[in-house]
Amino acid sequence: MASVIVVGAGIVGAAVARALAHEGHAVTVVERGASAGGTSASGEGNILVSDKALGPELDLALRSTELWRALEAELRAELPRDAPSIEFEPKGGVVVATTDDGARSLLAFAARQRTAGVVARELGPDEAHAAEPHLTDAVVAAVHYPGDAQVQPAIATEALLASARLAGARVLARAEVLAAAPGDGRIAGVVTSRGTLRADHVVVAAGPWSAAVAERLGSSLAVLPRRGVVLVTTRMPRTVRHKVYDADYVGAVESGAAGLQFSGVVESTASGTVLIGSSREQRGFDARLPTEVLRGLARRALALFPCLADAAVMRAYGGFRPYAPDHLPVIGEDARVPGLWFATGHEGAGIGLSLGPAELVADLLAGRPPSLDPAAFSPARAGLRTAERAA
Amino acid sequence: MTRVLVIGAGPAGLAAAVAARDRGAEVVLVDASDAEGGQFWRHLPAQRAGRRESRLHHGWSRFTALRERLRADPGCEILLETGVWAIEPGERPVVHVLRGPADGGSRSRRALTADAVVIATGAYDRTLPFPGWQLPGVYSGGAAQALAKGERVAVGRRVVVAGAGPFLLPVAASLSGVGAEVAGVFEASGSRALAAGWLPRPWELTRVPGKAAELAGYAVGQLRRRIPYRVGWGVIEALGAARVEAITVARLDDDWWPRPGTERTLEVDAVCVSHGFTPRLELALAAGCALGADRFVAVDAAQATSVPGVYAAGELTGIGGADAALSEGAIAGHCAAGGHPDDRAVRRAVSARRTASRFAARLERAHAVHSGWTSWLSDDTIVCRCEEVTAGMLREVRAATPDAGLRSLRLTTRAGLGPCQGRMCGRAVEEVLGTSEASMDRRPIALPVRVGELADRETDET
Ligand SMILES: Cc1cc2nc3c(=O)[nH]c(=O)nc-3n(C[C@H](O)[C@H](O)[C@H](O)COP(=O)(O)OP(=O)(O)OC[C@H]3O[C@@H](n4cnc5c(N)ncnc54)[C@H](O)[C@@H]3O)c2cc1C
Ligand SMILES: Cc1cc2nc3c(=O)[nH]c(=O)nc-3n(C[C@H](O)[C@H](O)[C@H](O)COP(=O)(O)OP(=O)(O)OC[C@H]3O[C@@H](n4cnc5c(N)ncnc54)[C@H](O)[C@@H]3O)c2cc1C
Repeated sequence: MASVIVVGAGIVGAAVARALAHEGHAVTVVERGASAGGTSASGEGNILVSDKALGPELDLALRSTELWRALEAELRAELPRDAPSIEFEPKGGVVVATTDDGARSLLAFAARQRTAGVVARELGPDEAHAAEPHLTDAVVAAVHYPGDAQVQPAIATEALLASARLAGARVLARAEVLAAAPGDGRIAGVVTSRGTLRADHVVVAAGPWSAAVAERLGSSLAVLPRRGVVLVTTRMPRTVRHKVYDADYVGAVESGAAGLQFSGVVESTASGTVLIGSSREQRGFDARLPTEVLRGLARRALALFPCLADAAVMRAYGGFRPYAPDHLPVIGEDARVPGLWFATGHEGAGIGLSLGPAELVADLLAGRPPSLDPAAFSPARAGLRTAERAA
Repeated sequence: MTRVLVIGAGPAGLAAAVAARDRGAEVVLVDASDAEGGQFWRHLPAQRAGRRESRLHHGWSRFTALRERLRADPGCEILLETGVWAIEPGERPVVHVLRGPADGGSRSRRALTADAVVIATGAYDRTLPFPGWQLPGVYSGGAAQALAKGERVAVGRRVVVAGAGPFLLPVAASLSGVGAEVAGVFEASGSRALAAGWLPRPWELTRVPGKAAELAGYAVGQLRRRIPYRVGWGVIEALGAARVEAITVARLDDDWWPRPGTERTLEVDAVCVSHGFTPRLELALAAGCALGADRFVAVDAAQATSVPGVYAAGELTGIGGADAALSEGAIAGHCAAGGHPDDRAVRRAVSARRTASRFAARLERAHAVHSGWTSWLSDDTIVCRCEEVTAGMLREVRAATPDAGLRSLRLTTRAGLGPCQGRMCGRAVEEVLGTSEASMDRRPIALPVRVGELADRETDET
C-alpha cells in the first residue's frame, strides 16, 4: 500500500481521501484552512444528470449518482448514530421552458440524453403544474428528471472526512502546501507551513486554487475560478417541490462566455428555506456581490415562480467554481511529475461529481481497469494543453 | 458642492449631519426607523408624545436641538423609514436603499451616491444565553428599555435586571420609572474587575461629565427606591412552566464561573438581561472597512476608515455611550465634508472624544464578557433561537468534526442561519464553539429584501 497526500479538504479531497483510505493506503489530507471551508461550503448541493449533455461528463455523473445512492447507507453503517444527516434527497428535477424555441431545444436535448440511459419524462403544461403547483403559467414544456438529487454539501464533506478518518486517514488543517518536498524528479511529498510531509503520491484537490498548487509542486494546470452567487430566503411553507431550472441552465453550463450569465435554479432545502441560484461570471477571485447580480437572480426566480415575489431574501453568498477551459474535470496522474495527481476542475458540479473521480483515482492508483474511460479527463488531454499554450 | 451621505440618525449620525452642514456640505441622512434619535433617544411618536419625554431622556434638549436644526435646513435631506440593504464599494460607494415601512407592500428601491459616506449604524444589544432564557418574560435589556422608553410599558411587575455594564442602571431606572418593582440589579463583573476598570461603585465615576451625571442620576434614584445592586453575580437560570416564575442567581468568580453553593432563587415575573453591545458591522464590512483586533471598525483621527471616502462613528467604532457617539459623529461629519480633525470647528469634539474613549476603555476593562459563562449552559439550552440550536448540538458537532471551521460548523448545525443571521446569537455561538479565526459578522445583505424588490429596477441618484 502507498502513502498519499491529498491537498484540500473540500468535498473532492474528502471523497478521494475516503476512497483511498478504505483501500488501505496511508492518507494525509493537508488543508490550509479548515475542512469544508472553501467552494464546497459556498454553493448548492445539486446532484444532477439533467444538465449534462451526452458525453464523458454525463457518464461520470451517472456513475456518481449511483455512488451517492449507496453512500447514505454506507455512512449510516460507518459513522456514529447521532452524526448529522447528509440530507441526501432524491427529489428529482424539473426543467422548464417558457418559449417555443426553448421548448424545442430542451426536448431535443432530453431525447439525446435518453440514449445514454437517462430517465427524462416530457411534461406538458398541465403535468408540469401538477408536479409544481406554483410554477409560472408561461410554461410551454418541461422535462422531469427523477434521477436528480440533492445533498447538504458541507455535512457531506465532513461525513466523507469522518469516514476517511475511521479508515485511518489523518487530516492536517491550517497547513498550507507551499512547495514540493525535495526529490529526484518524482514527487516526494510536500512542504507545508507546518512542516514537510513525505509520501509516494500527492493528489491535488484544491478546487479553484488547484492551478496555484500545481505550480508550487512543479507542474501547471489550466484551472480557473468562475464566480457564482446564490440567494437564500427565510423559511417558508413548501412552495417548490423539485429542483426547478429554467431551460437556459443547460446553455449557461456549457457556455464558456466570460460575461455575466444566469441559470435559474430554484429549490427548497430540508430546513425550509428556498435557494435561488445561480450566476456565472469570470471575474477572478473577486468576492464582491454586485446588486446587479442579485437582481438578475431574483428576476430568474420570479420568471419560474411569480409567487416568490414576497419571499424575504435574508442572505446572499458566493463561491468560485473551479473550471477547465474545455469544461471537463481533470482526473489522473500528471505526465510531467510522476506521482502527482489531479482531481479537480469540476466547475458547477463538484458536489454531485465528487464520488466518481474518487473512485477513478483509486482504480488508477491501484492499476485496476477503471469503471469509466479516464482518457477524457486526463491532465495530458489536448483541451487542456492548447489553453495552457495560449495563456 | 460636497455631498455627504450619513447612514443612521442616532447620536453619531445626527452630530455628523450637523457638522457636515456646518462645513458647507450637502447632506443626506437616512435611517431605517421612523424617527430620528437612534437607540439612545428612542421616544414616543410625536402624536403621543409624553410631557415627561425630556425627563426620561438624558440630553433630550441636545437631541431636539440637533433634530430641529436638520429638519429646518434645506441643505439636509432626511430620509426616514429608509433602510440601507447593501453598499457597493468603488470610486464613489453606491448605497442601496429601500424606502417605505418594512412591513408594508410598497417599498421602492433607490441607489444613492455621495462624495463621502458616514456609517453610524450603532450596535445590537447582547444577551448571553442561560437555561430557560427562551421563556416568555425574559427580555434583553435593549428590548425592555425600548418598551419603557418607546411605549411606556413595563415588561413585568417584579423584575430583575442582570448582565454586565453601566446599561443595567438605565434599564433599572426606566423600569421603575414605568412602575415596575426592580427586585435587584446583578452585575456579573466582580468588584476586582470593576475596580480595575474604574471604581467599585460606578456612580462615583467623575471623569466623564455627561455620563457621570447620568449615572449619578440613576444611583440617586436607586438609593431612593432601594434597589439592591450586587456585583459579581449573574442570572444562571430562569424557571417557570409557561413563563418566567423565578430565576436562579449565583456568585461568579473572576472568569464568570458560578461558585457552587451560592445559588439563590428569586420570584419574579420578568428578567432583563444585557451583556453590553456588539457593533452593527454589516454595512461597514460590505463597504470593505477593516476592523481592529477588538472587532470594531478601525478609524483614524478623522474617523476615516480604511476605505477612502468612508467614515465611521458611534458604537460601530467602540462602545462608549452617547457622549462618545456625539463627538465622533461631529468629527466624522466635519472631515467627510472636507475638514480636518485639527480644525477649530471640532476642537471641543476632539477633546470630548479623548475623554469618551478613555471611558470606553474603562468600560471594556470593567465589564468585558469572561469565558466562564458557557459553563452555565446545559446541553439543552438553546443558543441560536431562530434555528433552535442547543449548546449540546454545538458541542457534539464540534467534537465530531475536529478540523471544521466556523463556516462548516454553521452549515452543519444551522446555528446563525435563521432570520437573524447571527445578529443576536453570533458571538455566543462562536464562543460555545471556541472558534476564533472566523466570524459571523459578514452579512452583505444588511436587511432582508423581498425577491420582488430585488427584481425591481432601481432609481439612480447622484
Ligand atoms: C454558487 C455555486 C453553486 C454551486 N452549485 C453546485 C451544485 O448545485 N452542485 C454541484 O455539484 N456543485 C455545485 N457547485 C460547484 C461545487 O461547489 C464545486 O465544484 C466543489 O465544491 C469543488 O470542490 P473541491 O473540493 O474541488 O474544492 P473546494 O471545496 O474549494 O476545496 C479545495 C480546498 O483546497 C484548499 N487549498 C487551496 N490551496 C491550498 C494549499 N496551497 N494548501 C492546502 N490547501 C489548499 C482550500 O482551502 C479548500 O478547502 C457550485 C459552486 C458555486 C460557487
Ligand atoms: C436596543 C438598545 C437600547 C439602548 N438604550 C440605551 C439607553 O437607554 N441609554 C444609553 O445610554 N445607551 C443605550 N444604548 C446604547 C446606545 O446604542 C448608545 O449609547 C448610542 O445610542 C449610540 O449611538 P449611535 O449613533 O452610535 O447608534 P444608534 O443610536 O444605535 O443609532 C444607529 C441608527 O442607525 C440606524 N441603522 C442601523 N442600520 C441601518 C441600516 N442598515 N439602514 C438604515 N439605518 C440603519 C438605526 O435605525 C439607528 O437609528 C442602547 C443600545 C441598544 C442597542
